[in-house]
Amino acid sequence: MTITTTPATAPSSAPPAISPPRRRRRTALGSRAAYAYIAPFFVLFAAFSLYPFIYTAWVSMHEVDLSTPNKMTWVGWSNYTKLLHNEFFWNALKNTFTIGIISTVPQLCLALGLAHLLNYKLRGKTFYRVAMLMPYATSIAASTLIFAQLFGRDYGLINWVLSELGFHRVDWVNGHWPSQIAISLIVTWRWTGYNALIYLAGMQAISTDLYEAAVIDGASRWQQFRYVTIPGLRPTILFTIVVSTIGATQLFGEPLLFAGDGTTSGGASHQFQTLGLLMYQQGWTNFHLGQAAATAWTMFLIIVVLVLINTALARGRRSS
Amino acid sequence: MRHTLTRAARIAGVVAAAALLAAACSSDKKSSGDSGGGNSADKVTLRVGLFGTFGLKEAGLYNQYMKAHPNIKIVEDDVEKSQDYYKALQTHLAANSGLDDVQGIEIGFVADIVAHHANQFVDFNTVPNAAQIKPTFYDWKWAMATTQDGKTVGLGTDAGPEAMCYRPSLLKKAGLPSDRATLAAQWKTWSDYLAFGKRYEAAAGKPVGSHFIDGAGSLFAAAVYQGTTAYDDTSGKPIPQTSDGVKSAWQYASQAATDKLTAGLEPFTTPWNQAFANGAFATLPCPAWMLGYITSEAGQAVSGDWDVAPLPGGAANWGGSWLGVPKASKHQKEAEDLVTWLTAPAQQVTMWTSQQHFPSSSTAAADPKVANAKSEYFNNAPIGQIFGDSAKNLKQTPIGPYDTQLEQAFRSALLTVESQGKSPESAFNDALKNAKEIVGD
Repeated sequence: MTITTTPATAPSSAPPAISPPRRRRRTALGSRAAYAYIAPFFVLFAAFSLYPFIYTAWVSMHEVDLSTPNKMTWVGWSNYTKLLHNEFFWNALKNTFTIGIISTVPQLCLALGLAHLLNYKLRGKTFYRVAMLMPYATSIAASTLIFAQLFGRDYGLINWVLSELGFHRVDWVNGHWPSQIAISLIVTWRWTGYNALIYLAGMQAISTDLYEAAVIDGASRWQQFRYVTIPGLRPTILFTIVVSTIGATQLFGEPLLFAGDGTTSGGASHQFQTLGLLMYQQGWTNFHLGQAAATAWTMFLIIVVLVLINTALARGRRSS
Repeated sequence: MRHTLTRAARIAGVVAAAALLAAACSSDKKSSGDSGGGNSADKVTLRVGLFGTFGLKEAGLYNQYMKAHPNIKIVEDDVEKSQDYYKALQTHLAANSGLDDVQGIEIGFVADIVAHHANQFVDFNTVPNAAQIKPTFYDWKWAMATTQDGKTVGLGTDAGPEAMCYRPSLLKKAGLPSDRATLAAQWKTWSDYLAFGKRYEAAAGKPVGSHFIDGAGSLFAAAVYQGTTAYDDTSGKPIPQTSDGVKSAWQYASQAATDKLTAGLEPFTTPWNQAFANGAFATLPCPAWMLGYITSEAGQAVSGDWDVAPLPGGAANWGGSWLGVPKASKHQKEAEDLVTWLTAPAQQVTMWTSQQHFPSSSTAAADPKVANAKSEYFNNAPIGQIFGDSAKNLKQTPIGPYDTQLEQAFRSALLTVESQGKSPESAFNDALKNAKEIVGD
């Protein structure tokens, strides 16, 4: 459709007087072209993100069975009120929160430390950096299956080591805290390197002048880290916290595969069922699509609130 | 130069966006076109949608059929996991498109198909020869795929009559009888079986780390179908809180857990698979199809050190499938003929001899090739007769759309008794709470 307007640019020997409108037209055309360039993204975004997002909200107001998705019965907010009165929801929320804390906090602290070490002049720097990104490049399914084997109750390597050292064997899947710790370990293993590289990039953007000035002022390495590196990294840290929070709230693959038997209840007594897993169970195991959609939207709202809190905390600390 | 470049790029951008839209809009046109099959003189391609290892292809049945019917070409679409297959089938049924000419239906979702989608499948009571076909099947098998108003959505392939598999050497080490005739007499009921298990656990010679049964859930899942009702009433509505089958199965299974007769394992998990090689349990309720699984997991090293005895408490069934023909199929007639042939007694006998899938056809089960079958791996047990008796004595227990999920809820609850030391009472309440969440209200 834009092609028809292009001949307007043909006359090259036009007097200078008409150049301003011509230029205007060209910029108008240019911006139209820009829209065409970004269109694929927005078309895809509308089709695969925005539409499902809004449709999920619509579904969450209905009772829908996965077996007969065309039969939708309007129930208003009832899926949401049911969810708030559902003990499995509160259990999943609590599990998501505890697994989120015991995976995110050590993960980010470890990443910060590793990044600090990698920031020194080291032999084989690239090797370490690539090595740290390896877990991130491994598929969740593969790594979780390996970890599930390591954490096996009867024939797992970890229990074998524990019993060799004279400790009791731990039932890593059926215990409440053992299962949550095991899952957190998988998450930590996967994401520490990724966060470390992000911190490293942030650290390298901090001007060396600041470190030199600190050294002249007699600051120790720890003081340099504490008073130069950390403040310089603040936006990066906020970014990783936000991303990790979102990731932790949506945690799904690890607890699903860790169960080892394909069930979606997150262990025999739902001891490691996260919100993502609960939503999946409601929709795909129990066929209650409306309920699952309500859980999905509730998760979204929880993420928004958490991100707002993160940002507010960061802003508050900066201004104080 | 710069001008032409931007212009070219601009056009390219527009074209790309348009192509993207066109691709997005035309995709459905394409998929509906290629299954049309052209005119009737051409070869008819029948697509058979299945899950897991149905074994029809492996048994050579497709080739046999195609040889006899040169105008038919059979193509199998196989999905590894029946759960994934079922999800796709649900989507296709809802849209009434993308369906194959023949669709496999598993016991886990046959009740859902019967309840919600019977009108989308060919009713096998209306096909030619229906009156001759029906009596070749076990009546309970036919009933499971039949709606209350008498529409039958598919013809049975295999069935899963259950028995009790056991390791004679482990029982011998514990100083207990190990021949199947004695065991059949000593564990006629589940109470007898549990008493026998206590003797095993108390025996000094019992191998360290071994238990009498793999998990309390296995016992529950088998025993629950021995009641007049399992998880549902006759209309298919879940009634786990009042069903007699659930009640007695729970009693036996939770007893096994509190008496510590179980290894606390869940079927088809890695630890369970590993336990076969390690001899971690002495007995295991096993449907006919599990014999092949045991053989592959336990390995040839223990060939002859497995045996089969009748299941305590009477007959039960675990698993089994059907083949249905969606009305959306463009080759309904040909698909009906194929399904009728594939599930006919002669082919079910082949499925047993080649794949160890037990027939859902009583005529096939009576064939000497099935009825007189013995298994070398299982210490020459007369498996044809043991599983045949189980299939013959099966009651028509009603099934419902949530049986798989409800069974899992009770299995999980039993696991908390086994591994977390929960009391059977509170675990039972947990299971009922889960059941309520599963069914929704």
